[in-house]
Amino acid sequence: MTVTTSPQLREGSEAIADAMVAAGCRFFSGYPMTPFTEVLEHMAAKLPGVGGTCMNAESELEAVGMAWGAAATGTPSATGSTGQGLSLMQESLAELCYARIPLVVLNMARAQGDYWQATRGPGHGDARIPVLAPMDVPEATELTQLAFHLAAKWRSPILLFGDYYLAHTASSVSVAPHDYGAAPADDWSLDGSTSGSGRARLLSPLGTTKRNERGGYDLAQHYTNCAEHTDAMLAGIEPMIETAYTDDADVLVVAFGTPAKYVRAAVTRLRADGARIGFVRPITLLPFPSEALARAVGGARVVAVYENNTGQMVDDVRLAVAGRVPVEFIGRLSLDGSGFGIAPDLDSGYLRDRILEVLG
Amino acid sequence: MTERYLPTAAPPEQPARLVDDFTPTLLDVGEHSLCPGCGEPIAMRAILEAIESLDAVQRAIGVFGIGCYTAFSNNLDVEVLQALHGRAPSLATGVKRAKPNTLVLTVQGDGDMVNEGLQEVLHTAARGERVTCFMLDNGVFGETGGHMTATTALGQRTKNTLDGRDAEQHGFPIRVSTLIAELEGAAYVARGAVNNAGNVARTKKMIRRALEVQELGLGFSFVEILTMCPTGWFVDTPEAPDYLTSTLAPVHAPGVLKDVGAKT
Repeated sequence: MTVTTSPQLREGSEAIADAMVAAGCRFFSGYPMTPFTEVLEHMAAKLPGVGGTCMNAESELEAVGMAWGAAATGTPSATGSTGQGLSLMQESLAELCYARIPLVVLNMARAQGDYWQATRGPGHGDARIPVLAPMDVPEATELTQLAFHLAAKWRSPILLFGDYYLAHTASSVSVAPHDYGAAPADDWSLDGSTSGSGRARLLSPLGTTKRNERGGYDLAQHYTNCAEHTDAMLAGIEPMIETAYTDDADVLVVAFGTPAKYVRAAVTRLRADGARIGFVRPITLLPFPSEALARAVGGARVVAVYENNTGQMVDDVRLAVAGRVPVEFIGRLSLDGSGFGIAPDLDSGYLRDRILEVLG
Repeated sequence: MTERYLPTAAPPEQPARLVDDFTPTLLDVGEHSLCPGCGEPIAMRAILEAIESLDAVQRAIGVFGIGCYTAFSNNLDVEVLQALHGRAPSLATGVKRAKPNTLVLTVQGDGDMVNEGLQEVLHTAARGERVTCFMLDNGVFGETGGHMTATTALGQRTKNTLDGRDAEQHGFPIRVSTLIAELEGAAYVARGAVNNAGNVARTKKMIRRALEVQELGLGFSFVEILTMCPTGWFVDTPEAPDYLTSTLAPVHAPGVLKDVGAKT
């Protein structure tokens, strides 16, 4: 199967799959779980045609393990699941950070309850994984390619935070390979060729010091090096944010991902009615666009945060605002009995009413 | 009668001298931090010598689990990918699928493979993955100080089975080689031991054959290697080889269990 790069109607899952292939992804592994399943199906169909491999793993533990092994050979690789499967992967995701292995990880989430999992993880220790949260299918195709670029540049896992809407909404998008310039030189990946050279490569979450150099593993030193790398990475990735109507806003509404699109529609309607209301959407959840958000607050007297959870990103908004103005949580848990986090949650009339309560 | 122990009451009359350097070429540093009497360095040497003998050195990648043998993971002149406890076979799968021309082997213990990650090796074998898994089986978690694993023999004393492993309370040992041999994807399955010279020689042949089977693309290959752990067994170091024979070997009998490529 060939990958069409011209604009065509694609379901989000397929668009993300096409974007992964366009970004050079040649290894994908996964375990079916809604709404991640369709991405796995598309990768299974598309990768063999471009000389890649898609593995049906026996669980999410092995899915991330297989992707870890493939990524260790320098092959652009990805895996993913939904929140529950991501929970199973956390141990490996942390160790991938300590081993400094690039990997793109999808969380096709159910509603937005995985915000903390995504931004506070992964798993144990002091690792952090950058998180990109697209709002719709066209943005997802761009951020998917950016994720591969960032993974290679920083030798780190990168998380793409999607949801059921993103997986199943069809949009007309073109998926052309984006040129991010030359990839950094690969002086770390494994193919066996340095075995027997006297300097065989070691790719380990415990460190890279061989016993014939300074006596071997020093975990304190290694974790210190990893922490410094994490700081440099989070400082080096430009935080992304969308803002609208913030100049004279009295109330600022913050949302991310698919719900942000509905919140933006509600804000736009209220603006048309004359309300002094602004909109802010963090696109990178880590690094969180704290400075840009603080600037956007301007003279607003209150900040309202809408999420499909019990209030998680609201923590980051409060940290960014640092007590200058009150931050109210106006979101709610998904009402979807199926657990997939879909309608009737995102109703622009409901959202408008919630925002009006804050407007007073 | 020959003294079984070197006299230690007084310094030796002659200083120690190096008769020959037995360090395998693919080992960076000869000395190691494992206990005296440990079987794992013997198994490790056999694996390294087999890689060398196959003329596959510059395609070799070792994937290590977590256990005492992890002390070798940063001490080899072989590329090493360090895995999590139990997870080496899935990493090996990813490596081999992404780079089919490589010679990929895992080094794991019984705790790593049979306790933490049993489904990994079973599925990797069932898929007929062209990789070779080596399991160093001493029937205990050696690195934590001698605790029961899934391969511990009935009656065997460990730190958390002080009165011996009891089937009623702790269940029965898992014979993982026997399980794997049942799977169609497994092309070669053998169980060796390193507690005497004859067993070491036989085990070396098994290791070499397992790697050959991978090179021939016949399917998954597997060698379980029974190793001594006098520290984790709470026996005197010189007693450990016999303890292996009397305790582990009756449960996990050495021998070739399967070789689909063997000439008949």
